[in-house]
Amino acid sequence: MSKQSGSLRRYILTRIALAIPMVLILLVLVFVLMRVAPGDPISASQGGKLNAAELAARRHAAGFDAPMYQQFWDYLKSVVTLNFGTTFSDHRQVRDIIIENGGATLTLTFGALVFASVIGIPVGLLAGRLRDSTIDVAGRLFGILSYAVPVIVAAPMLMLAFGATSGQASPLVQLNVPTQTHILIVDAMIVGDWDAVGDIANHLVLPSIALGLLIVGVFIRMIRINLIQSLQGDYIEAARARGVKETAVVGRHAFRNAMVPVITVLGLQVAMLLSGAVLTERIFTWPGIGRQLIDYINQRDYVAVQGIVTVFALVVVVISMLIDFINALIDPRVRY
Amino acid sequence: MTEPVLSVRDLRVWYGTERGPVRAVDGVSFDVRPGETLGLVGESGCGKSTLGRGVLGLAPTVASVDGEVILNSKGGKGRNLVGLPAKELQKLRGPDLGLIFQEPMTRLNPLMRISQHFEEALHTHHKDLSKNELRERAIEALRGMGIPASRYESYPHEFSGGMRQRIMIALALVLRPAFIVADEPTTALDVLVEAQIIKILADLRKNFDTSLVLITHNLGIVAEACDRVAVMYAGHIVEQGDAREVFANPQHPYTKELLRSTISLSTTGLHFIPGSPPDLVHPPEGCRFSPRCPVAMQGCAKVEPPEVVLPSGVHSVCWQQAIEVDPSMADELGTGGREPLAAVKEISVADEA
Repeated sequence: MSKQSGSLRRYILTRIALAIPMVLILLVLVFVLMRVAPGDPISASQGGKLNAAELAARRHAAGFDAPMYQQFWDYLKSVVTLNFGTTFSDHRQVRDIIIENGGATLTLTFGALVFASVIGIPVGLLAGRLRDSTIDVAGRLFGILSYAVPVIVAAPMLMLAFGATSGQASPLVQLNVPTQTHILIVDAMIVGDWDAVGDIANHLVLPSIALGLLIVGVFIRMIRINLIQSLQGDYIEAARARGVKETAVVGRHAFRNAMVPVITVLGLQVAMLLSGAVLTERIFTWPGIGRQLIDYINQRDYVAVQGIVTVFALVVVVISMLIDFINALIDPRVRY
Repeated sequence: MTEPVLSVRDLRVWYGTERGPVRAVDGVSFDVRPGETLGLVGESGCGKSTLGRGVLGLAPTVASVDGEVILNSKGGKGRNLVGLPAKELQKLRGPDLGLIFQEPMTRLNPLMRISQHFEEALHTHHKDLSKNELRERAIEALRGMGIPASRYESYPHEFSGGMRQRIMIALALVLRPAFIVADEPTTALDVLVEAQIIKILADLRKNFDTSLVLITHNLGIVAEACDRVAVMYAGHIVEQGDAREVFANPQHPYTKELLRSTISLSTTGLHFIPGSPPDLVHPPEGCRFSPRCPVAMQGCAKVEPPEVVLPSGVHSVCWQQAIEVDPSMADELGTGGREPLAAVKEISVADEA
């Protein structure tokens, strides 16, 4: 048949090739946005104490007066070599910031994903299966509420309510474990320091919930509506007509078909998680990249900001690519 | 005469809506014997598909079903399918009751291979079969429908509409049900594939003694493939009998009009029945066809017609035949009841304007 379509491998290769122009556009955007934003680190740190000539000299030293194409070329080189530049304010490699603080951000977003999945998937499935029941109405209401409340509101409220009892009040104990993965909780597990693991986990609960609340509503609503839709599918009635058991009809036929669009939307939520993580880390003083980013923004350190934002953007591109791969694995029709 | 595989008695399927219950199927009775094909014809919206699903217990959960559907197959054992627990019904669907659908394109799960569809259905009803036996039976059923074994691991989207319909039929037949409802199985397909599918269905009853209810718009298919025919209008069966007899000598005015409306190569002018099937929430009083009937009498719009058995064995639900069989019935129409019903003219004039 002519519809005998391409292989999975060809799909993956094509998808990767298509990501390249996407990344280039993204880099241009980040670069332009950084140049459009007002101020620069030199005038910010010196607060108008420098005269015009001296300011120009400093700007020249930092390369800020170089022509745009030169600056863009340097930026591209820094991205290709994966070093993303050196910060202006404290002369760190952006790559080191990513490595040292990335683990904490990863832990936090993972915790948020776990929270959203544990609550969102069962509630969404129940709400879809038992449409218009109490759990459906309650789930939908909770979904809208959690989605509508921003992190800057949810996080302080959680702190007020549970901050004292959750271990958030005490500072994170100084860990005496060797750094191997830069992910604290994993490092602690490797050496078997279970007190440290417990302490980190304890500190992780509230920020994970605060961040997870941002996406749990989308989880619930997406899973619910897609399960309802796929349960109305013609192939569902056909399966029932063959006497397939109801558990298999819902679990095998409806659920898998419902997951395809759900996975796509959840992939897009990762971008939301990253921006949410910046605020969450700030509010809970969680030592991730996001907190660093805010510090650098305050110092107008655009090299650092540009580097970190570039990494965030690349992460989103890679994740959306992975999501497409997963969908292609589930759905045989997803091929070029 | 052999005992019927399926006896439907006074079956009613009602949908609750905000405006009131929709009487999609309203007191329908028929029998289907082993190896027999019953054609079910009528306009869109007259309750054919609802009847087919109601018989298999597949009516939507919002519908209420009442009456008797007695199944006399291997697993049925004279049980009434109406009111049977969902779990019991699930076990009968497949090995005893089959359903073939109108639109084959969307009836296969797009994420599952053809093999998975077959092995799931077979495994559900035959736990004792080994993986190899499942495979052999599935491939045999597919081969019977002209699908080569090399396509066994393909996905649904890799097949054409006609092939998918043959796969759907194979999927229904692999469990060898005694009774199958085919709900317009060829409507979505072109004429060549249509002929092929009809041939397959005809072979089926010869080879396996399968009973079939064939729902269709196409009167040509009924004449070709059915032993008996039931004509449905607005939730009722209005005429039922031997297919040749009904087509050669239609009795009910609706059947006559339906046959006149058939398009063939020799058709010179197009005929249609003015108006459309009635609202099933508030169906017309008396005979439901009376507002559109060219020979309706005053009394038809007031008193529901009785079912009479004509000398040919054909059942008809119409006052004209009732009075023919027993002239004393005319009294039930009341004084002036046999005057022509003028309303028909108004409707047809308005429709043509």
